[in-house]
Amino acid sequence: MTAHLPALIVISPLAIALLLPVLVRLSAELVRVVAITSALISFTSSIGALKYALAKGNWHYFFGGWPAPWGIEYVIDPLAGGMAVLVSFFSLLVIIYAGPYLVNKPAREKGYFYTLYLLLTAGLLGIVVTGDVFNLYVFLEISSLAAYALIASGGHRATVAAFRYLLIGTAAASFYLLGIGYLYAITGSLNMADLSELLPPLMDSRAVVIAVALIVIGLGIKMALFPLHGWLPDAYSYAPAPVIGFIAAVMAKVSAYALYRVLYFVLKATGPVSLALDVMGWMAAAGILFGSIMAILQRDFWRMLAYSSVAQMCYIALGISLANTMGLFGALLHILNHAVTKGCLFLVAGSVNWQTGVREIHRFVKMSRRMPLTMGAFIIAALSMIGLPPTAGFFSKWYLVLGAIQSGAWAFVIVLALSSLLTAVYFFRIIEHAYFKEPLKGKDGQRHATEPAKEGWELYPTMLVPILILGIGILALGILSEQVITHLLQFALPWRAF
Amino acid sequence: MLTAVAGYINFWLIAILLLVGVYGIIATENLLKKLMALNVISVAIILFYLNLGQKAGSTVPILLPGAEVGVVNAYANPLPHTLMLTAIVVGVATTGVGLAMLYKIYHRYGSLEEPDVLKEMRQ
Repeated sequence: MTAHLPALIVISPLAIALLLPVLVRLSAELVRVVAITSALISFTSSIGALKYALAKGNWHYFFGGWPAPWGIEYVIDPLAGGMAVLVSFFSLLVIIYAGPYLVNKPAREKGYFYTLYLLLTAGLLGIVVTGDVFNLYVFLEISSLAAYALIASGGHRATVAAFRYLLIGTAAASFYLLGIGYLYAITGSLNMADLSELLPPLMDSRAVVIAVALIVIGLGIKMALFPLHGWLPDAYSYAPAPVIGFIAAVMAKVSAYALYRVLYFVLKATGPVSLALDVMGWMAAAGILFGSIMAILQRDFWRMLAYSSVAQMCYIALGISLANTMGLFGALLHILNHAVTKGCLFLVAGSVNWQTGVREIHRFVKMSRRMPLTMGAFIIAALSMIGLPPTAGFFSKWYLVLGAIQSGAWAFVIVLALSSLLTAVYFFRIIEHAYFKEPLKGKDGQRHATEPAKEGWELYPTMLVPILILGIGILALGILSEQVITHLLQFALPWRAF
Repeated sequence: MLTAVAGYINFWLIAILLLVGVYGIIATENLLKKLMALNVISVAIILFYLNLGQKAGSTVPILLPGAEVGVVNAYANPLPHTLMLTAIVVGVATTGVGLAMLYKIYHRYGSLEEPDVLKEMRQ
């Protein structure tokens, strides 16, 4: 069984997803148990595969026994293994969180939700572990189609947002497909390792220039790189909470991973890629400021988080564009830290909305009395977004600043510092409402504050525990960031770091 | 210049088809027409890949009885065809999901014109 661990990561959610619409006719409870089990299998296999890759080097798994350039291979290196653990961890956490959300839904709808959710998981994990650029496209489309359908399940506004996301997202995937078409035309290969050997003498050809442009635009749209982020705010603010908790945490990051993988490991960051990286850096710097300012202007908590995601994805793009060790450490660390932080924030937003129906920031008054533990996790996450030590967010920003200094890009250093201030502005506004602000007097002369929590749990434990795990995780990642780099991230760079 | 166009006439036509699709997505306001434009893009890319697999005077990549083994140029490259089989399936699935969403949108908003839908959605 352990010989097939890399395949199990993807096949477990994929096969179970196809089984669930049939199982749901027997029992809706059984569906939930089976879905959680499959996410758990995926998570444990990812950990096993990562351990193997760290101990014994890259794990090449050939599908159907066909060796590399001809067959499809899965490659588990420390980078892919680490991403697989991150994605499957979130899949497991959010599938547990989703339980109370579906309580009142009819059994068939529960079945469809878990089916689509596992398909999304399978697609994202497939992107991460595959060693074949065309296979990556197929998984990109599997995950995207499941995501469109899941977002559309959030009501009529969400359907419009999801349809517009479908138009932009499919066009993006088409650009990517055309880009790898050019690479295939000049090399005759689709295997990543094979391409990286065949491409170096051809880097000056015009076909490579076009391929790089198309791939950067395609994956740039998927990761919501400014100014290609148009689909993100609507999709994030109208989707159902458990869906967006998962999508906001990992989906855009997986696209960022794909871009990093293609630019650095397949194209080796030479030739036209360095020009593309320069353009990406300036786009990201503009996007950081744009996203932060738009976030300040929002009155809806969810929409504010969505624009903050635009800014944060640009941090990752900025780190990738710096092309030095510190910048890449910053980008990879930020993929991890921002996944945990933004996942926590969206789960908090979902819980507050689920428990009290509140979405707008001005109605958060005294929310700390109603949901003390949830808002406690929110404070940790907010501090991490702003970048205060010892939370995780501080360390990724620190490495990004070091990377920018190393490249002599002082403009980027200023942008990073400025955006921390802007982030502080929009998060302290909520902390002020939730903890300090006295409620305004209503028409009847009474102060309408949020009611203190009644006896018992402030939330269902299945919703509260994932939030608390992420809240503690933010602190733990911050304190252990040095270990994360020495034990994992230094092996995830395209060159030797130390 | 003339040879650059005439020698690659098929690719030039595909490029035009691709741009027609991109223009359609940007310029039309009807959501159904945007979905159709998306299909035009995917057809252009499918044709692009299929052209990569063609060779002048080649035949289907099936080993016929009595044929010489190992003459690569006698057969069309089957790999782009199989890749595009996958891409066609992806395109069908995307169109299906898109049409299902449009059905829902039309039921709720009574229109498929993007400005009308967005105006009502933002209220």
